[in-house]
Amino acid sequence: MKVRILIAVAGVLVLAGAAVAYVGFASARGHDVTATGAVSLSPGPRLLFRSTADADRGHVATVSATDPGGARTVSPLSCSRVYAAGGTGLCLRPDGDLTTYQLVALDARLASTREIPLVGLPNRARVSADGRMLAWTVFVTGDSYNGGMFSTRAGILDTATGDLAGTLEDYAVTLDGKPYQAADLNFWGVTFTADDRHFYATMSSAGHRYLVAGDFAAHTIRTLRENVECPSLSPDGTRVAFKSAVDGDPARGWRLSVLDLAASKVTPLAETRSVDDQPAWLDDHTIGYGVARGPGHADVWSVPADGTGAPRLLIPEAESPSAL
Amino acid sequence: MYLSTIGRREHAAKGKLSAVGANVFALGAVSLVTDVSSEMVTAILPVYLVLGLHLSPAAYGLVDGLYTGATALLRIVGGYVADRVRRRKAVAGVGYALSAVAKLGLLAAGASAAAIGAVITLDRTGKGLRTAPRDALITLSAPEPLLGLAFGVHRAMDSVGAFAGPLVALAVLAAVGTADPEAFDAVFVVSFCVAAIGVLLLVLFVRDRRTPRSDPKAVSPRAAAALLRGSGVRRLLVAACVLGLATVGDGFVYLLLQHKEDIATGWFPLLAVGTNLSYLLLAAPLGALADRIGRLPVVLGGYGALAVVYLLLAGPASGWLLIAAALALYGAFYAATDGVLMALAGPLLPESLRTTGISLVQTVQALAYFASSVLFGLAWQFWGPELAIGVAAGGAVVAIGVTFAVLSPRKAAA
Repeated sequence: MKVRILIAVAGVLVLAGAAVAYVGFASARGHDVTATGAVSLSPGPRLLFRSTADADRGHVATVSATDPGGARTVSPLSCSRVYAAGGTGLCLRPDGDLTTYQLVALDARLASTREIPLVGLPNRARVSADGRMLAWTVFVTGDSYNGGMFSTRAGILDTATGDLAGTLEDYAVTLDGKPYQAADLNFWGVTFTADDRHFYATMSSAGHRYLVAGDFAAHTIRTLRENVECPSLSPDGTRVAFKSAVDGDPARGWRLSVLDLAASKVTPLAETRSVDDQPAWLDDHTIGYGVARGPGHADVWSVPADGTGAPRLLIPEAESPSAL
Repeated sequence: MYLSTIGRREHAAKGKLSAVGANVFALGAVSLVTDVSSEMVTAILPVYLVLGLHLSPAAYGLVDGLYTGATALLRIVGGYVADRVRRRKAVAGVGYALSAVAKLGLLAAGASAAAIGAVITLDRTGKGLRTAPRDALITLSAPEPLLGLAFGVHRAMDSVGAFAGPLVALAVLAAVGTADPEAFDAVFVVSFCVAAIGVLLLVLFVRDRRTPRSDPKAVSPRAAAALLRGSGVRRLLVAACVLGLATVGDGFVYLLLQHKEDIATGWFPLLAVGTNLSYLLLAAPLGALADRIGRLPVVLGGYGALAVVYLLLAGPASGWLLIAAALALYGAFYAATDGVLMALAGPLLPESLRTTGISLVQTVQALAYFASSVLFGLAWQFWGPELAIGVAAGGAVVAIGVTFAVLSPRKAAA
């Protein structure tokens, strides 16, 4: 017994020592970030993004839209997701430890105008074109009705009136014209129309994923078509860029596509890699999106919105793009 | 032999924790340390996958779905092998070791969803392999009249580990810096070291309870199949099935609580903490109570607590008091049924096939639980949440009747 206790004590000391040493080693490799300038969200030919470079990971930065690979302006602000339009920014970031997050509404100088606590992992962020409506999605892990899978919550804030919809799950849903209720309703990827009242989003239930049209004032949602995820409305309001599961099966990856709302016609884009991001319109003809490249790193790519051409690397070490 | 003799002698001093047996405490310590390790990873895995690796929920769901069906069969095969070679400690040890290695696997898997899926499957395989041999060892290590307390002590120690795990993970993240991707690596490495300590404790301090080698035919596929023909085992399986069917899923319970309290989204993770706290505090006392007044009344009381939880959820009342009461009762339900069912099962199974029998009971319970979660989801969709949970409350009452009918002592004597 005595020998066994000695072995146990020695073993525990060695293993605990190794753990502590590794933590010390990892924390010593941490980086201090210095801001390189003042980032402005005012409209202009610039692209806003979240940096994934080792030196300034997580920080909000901009580059010139005409020279996206050129010098970047890095702000002191750090976010997990960021988006901006019409001089208003939306930053989703950790609030204290990693179990809670907060939404921060930003003015054009990146100053916080409102903070709202969020529970769940920030995933999508959108601002309506004039900067009035904010929309976001978080993943919630507590809802384990589907056996450990994530569920999502989408929220909307009207910055003009202060109206807040923390979740869309209590909206009246009609599926193929009939009222519908289910425990596994999930919404994500909201995008607003120019009237700041209507929106498009993704709804999933019972293994199906739908493009839905919502009415923020009437609190209603209706399904439009299937297999359209993370919609993003074009600046001219005529088309929706989205990702769709290849053959309706997410296991086979996602294909970026554009839906012409009037003609109800879907055009797959030239990007053939699986892209799991809410596309962003950089202008009426170009789609920007993040592509992950190993733990912690991603690049922003762009592709023509009409299905022609080829994808090209737009901003290295970046994600969460938006055109200011 | 020596320890069990001591156990039986000390059992005269009824209710003494020490009478439970050193092996049970050793197994409890292994579970505690292992749970610290696994809950560390569980706490940060979603953040790692979504924010670190940019996996979408659907991709994670695929990863997660891989193991659900795969480990059920493996669990029974593992139980049978443990009985066959009469080495329950060795099989449990392989299970613990697999899960420890999986922690390093997460480090090596990088951003590949397929590799992460494989690693998580390995981790679940380890859990599937170790659970039944561990519970069989508990039944063989404690004197039969104190089995309820023994399982209560083991489950309470297990829960302490589950509590500490996320806190350790947060401490590691805070030390390294949460924005740094290396912080996740550090959590995986620390988790591996902790899991390795668990394996070390198992190897050094858990004693295998080798059942006497009797007839070589005692452990054969034929004998295992014969288990199902024995009325004792069949009744156990019915009870396990009812237990699984009566439980609609923690997620639904928390979701309904959250619907009652509009702002509860921020408190969502705390709901599970409340249930665990109640479970942790009640597991040992309710196990001891089961030894004193009988295991069946305690199990039935547990179903009663579950029925009350469902009725509270179905009713119009809301408020913090209701949430606290519901979580306390929900934890009490688990404390009164989880370990106590194993304590009931142990003596009804022949020693030579105890691991096989326990793995069967656990598998049936898990499958029934899965079925009830799917059914409840459908009921919610077609009837709405209030009616669905009302029906579930009725189901819990039916479970009380069925369990009483199949496990009451009169029947057992027959």
